[in-house]
Amino acid sequence: MSKPAPTGPVVDAPEGVQRLRTDPDRPPVAVRAPHLVTGREKLVFALIGLLGAVGWVMIAVVRGEHVNAVWFVFAAVCTYIIGYRFYARLIEYKVIKPRDERATPAEQFENGKDFMPTDRRVLFGHHFAAIAGAGPLVGPVLAAQMGYLPGTLWIVFGVVFAGAVQDYMVLHLSIRRGGRSLGQMARDELGRVGGIAAIVGVLAIMLILIAVLGIVVIGALANSPWGVFSIAMTIPIALFMGLYLRFLRPGAIGEISLIGVVLLIAAIIGGGWVSGHPTLAGAFTLEPITLAWLLIGYGFAASVLPVWLLLAPRDYLSTYMKVGTIGLLAIGILVARPEVKMPAVTEFASTGAGPAFAGSLFPFLFITIACGALSGFHALISSGTTPKLIEKESQARFIGYGSMLTESFVAVMAMVAAVSIDQHIYFAMNAPGALTGGTPADAANYVNGLPLLTPSGGAVPPVDAATLQQAADSVGEETIISRTGGAPTLAFGMSEVMSVFGGDALKSFWYHFAVMFEALFILTTVDAGTRVARFMFSDALGNVPGLGRFKDPSWRPGAWLCSIVVVAGWGSILVMGILDPLGGIYTLFPLFGIANQLLAAIALAVVTTVVVKQGNLRWAWIPGIALVWDLLITLWASWLKIFSSDPKIGFFAQRSRFVEAREKGELLTGASSPGDMDKIIFNSGVQGTLSIIFAVLVIIVVAASVVVMVRAARAGGLPTSEDEGVPSRIFAPTGPVATAQEKAVLQEWKDAGLDPSPAATRGHG
Amino acid sequence: MTGSPFAMVRRVGRFVSGVTGADRYERYVEHLRRVHPREPVPTRAQFWRSHYEEQERNPGTRCC
Repeated sequence: MSKPAPTGPVVDAPEGVQRLRTDPDRPPVAVRAPHLVTGREKLVFALIGLLGAVGWVMIAVVRGEHVNAVWFVFAAVCTYIIGYRFYARLIEYKVIKPRDERATPAEQFENGKDFMPTDRRVLFGHHFAAIAGAGPLVGPVLAAQMGYLPGTLWIVFGVVFAGAVQDYMVLHLSIRRGGRSLGQMARDELGRVGGIAAIVGVLAIMLILIAVLGIVVIGALANSPWGVFSIAMTIPIALFMGLYLRFLRPGAIGEISLIGVVLLIAAIIGGGWVSGHPTLAGAFTLEPITLAWLLIGYGFAASVLPVWLLLAPRDYLSTYMKVGTIGLLAIGILVARPEVKMPAVTEFASTGAGPAFAGSLFPFLFITIACGALSGFHALISSGTTPKLIEKESQARFIGYGSMLTESFVAVMAMVAAVSIDQHIYFAMNAPGALTGGTPADAANYVNGLPLLTPSGGAVPPVDAATLQQAADSVGEETIISRTGGAPTLAFGMSEVMSVFGGDALKSFWYHFAVMFEALFILTTVDAGTRVARFMFSDALGNVPGLGRFKDPSWRPGAWLCSIVVVAGWGSILVMGILDPLGGIYTLFPLFGIANQLLAAIALAVVTTVVVKQGNLRWAWIPGIALVWDLLITLWASWLKIFSSDPKIGFFAQRSRFVEAREKGELLTGASSPGDMDKIIFNSGVQGTLSIIFAVLVIIVVAASVVVMVRAARAGGLPTSEDEGVPSRIFAPTGPVATAQEKAVLQEWKDAGLDPSPAATRGHG
Repeated sequence: MTGSPFAMVRRVGRFVSGVTGADRYERYVEHLRRVHPREPVPTRAQFWRSHYEEQERNPGTRCC
């Protein structure tokens, strides 16, 4: 049956199972089996499909007064399984066409360090930890103001048809290109102009992302001595860990992380004591603007301090907390099975008058929930680290597509946590201070005036000030009114869910646990992001004639200067948002979403261009629909933000309305002094300008890619920048569990006395 | 997925250290022994120092 191919690999195919050898004397390095669907498999997937359908019917059609959150889990998980099994498989067969006989960058350039074939299950965890952040937790919480259904539908179907497709395809592209970054690939595939616009776009987008995440974390910490104390403690804990790893026990990461987590929990408990202490409580009660300056100082310090001292140990802590808390929340939701309090769709979906963010469902829901459904930022991870660690091309489906499905599930859990808290509390927390007035009595009046309905359409009984105050007391906070940004709401929802473990007594612990874990995520992103942006900036400067020295990362003055520029960039947006009388989240969160979705448009444009260049016009719709949808919805949102005549939505409309009022000497809602009026006028001008910059950069990138695509389509395909590749000499199964054919090949390796993938053996177990 | 409870715990421990990157040194040493058997093996402390120095030059990004 075996036929030697002169150039390609040797294929032997008993019973249609192709086993590819790159060296006739060694066992096969790849297995390709035609997928014969067995009766049992059909039955299993039919049942999964049915269960998922029942889940969707329960939350979308039946609704009713008592919708249990467990249906969300069923609907989401079953949809993911079907998407992974069928849509991702289609992408694999028709677009990706993995060739496992080709060595991945990890195998080809193995150096024992950044290039290293890694066990696929370990890499899945590694990749997930790198893509998971605060984004999927915050967006769904804000989107909950439109009801649970639109957000949940977008999270689940958006990931299957867009987000996971982007992550998977970018990962594959980078695997075929030696692990190159998105920016480099854009330059290679789209040409100079498109490439430069992509790099400048990425840099600008990173600055806004860091700034908005900063606003989120400050929203959770402002005037909360408990939160501030426990977050502040993470810095000495991280420093201690760094010193321990440097001087006492180098490399003992597991042990010091365990100590770190214990200290972290102690810091949370200690925070409770601090908040009750007469003098310490005052010292840790900080105004938002003070926190903003502290965060800016921290960002700068983290960017210039040695990695081992602060950044690396923080990252270990954050990884443990991330995976642990997400697991805990999943168990909590399954055990507590909370009931949904929010209706499926609220009035704000159509009126666009919601207090958390302005604008109606189309298009603003789709930019509010960015991470979790489609996150452009992931393209930076999928194209940097992971391709240098993956053993086999075919594993990209499990790692790229699969990790993103997991991230989407995190977003679904955040949605569940947000919609299972009392509606009054939800709106009191998420409306800016300009609307709630800040006191329990005013806030109660405000939320009682909102058009709130129960899930089955009845009127929600009014709330009194005491109930709002009691909610704050239950989590050990002075107030929960206008704690915008999503993080406090999620923490509140989590504390209710988690109170199945330990009852009401532990509620304030769980609340601050959740705040701490989100703040930890965000601070990790702030310091890592500042550093990455600094490198991108100095690299770009280094290309300017005469400034070549900036290319050298160890040149301290250059590093300092670039750090200052980057921190000043995001810091000014942060301060602007914190001082904004209308509330930083309300005005800046849409920009954050737009920025992230435009980054996704850049990534999807690169991916689609490559598919067209390969001459695969027939299947170019797979990344194409994700690109077109993302582009339409995001440019539509940008258009409204720039040109809308509604001052609640359009930045320039808002600006001119406030300018007019100022000339007449009036004060508009949100402003309590002429100074506030000036701030709003200035801020809306800046925000409008930023929207224009983002949109223009992305239009340049997409236009460049369309030009290349048209040329490629006319020519019937064009060469891409794909590396030639070398034959693989290792073998590893494709999915999390080896198939029967893969097991047979593994046995062959064993019989030959060879290790199929020696570099990855640690972890195979 | 068989073995004594002790072996299970060990397997989980190895998985976790893989995910967090705690096993970098062990993997590097294994790589050196297999691919460059003549090259000197750095000590654990030396290895981690140079690892963080490399991170200093090539920052990894974290997601939002």
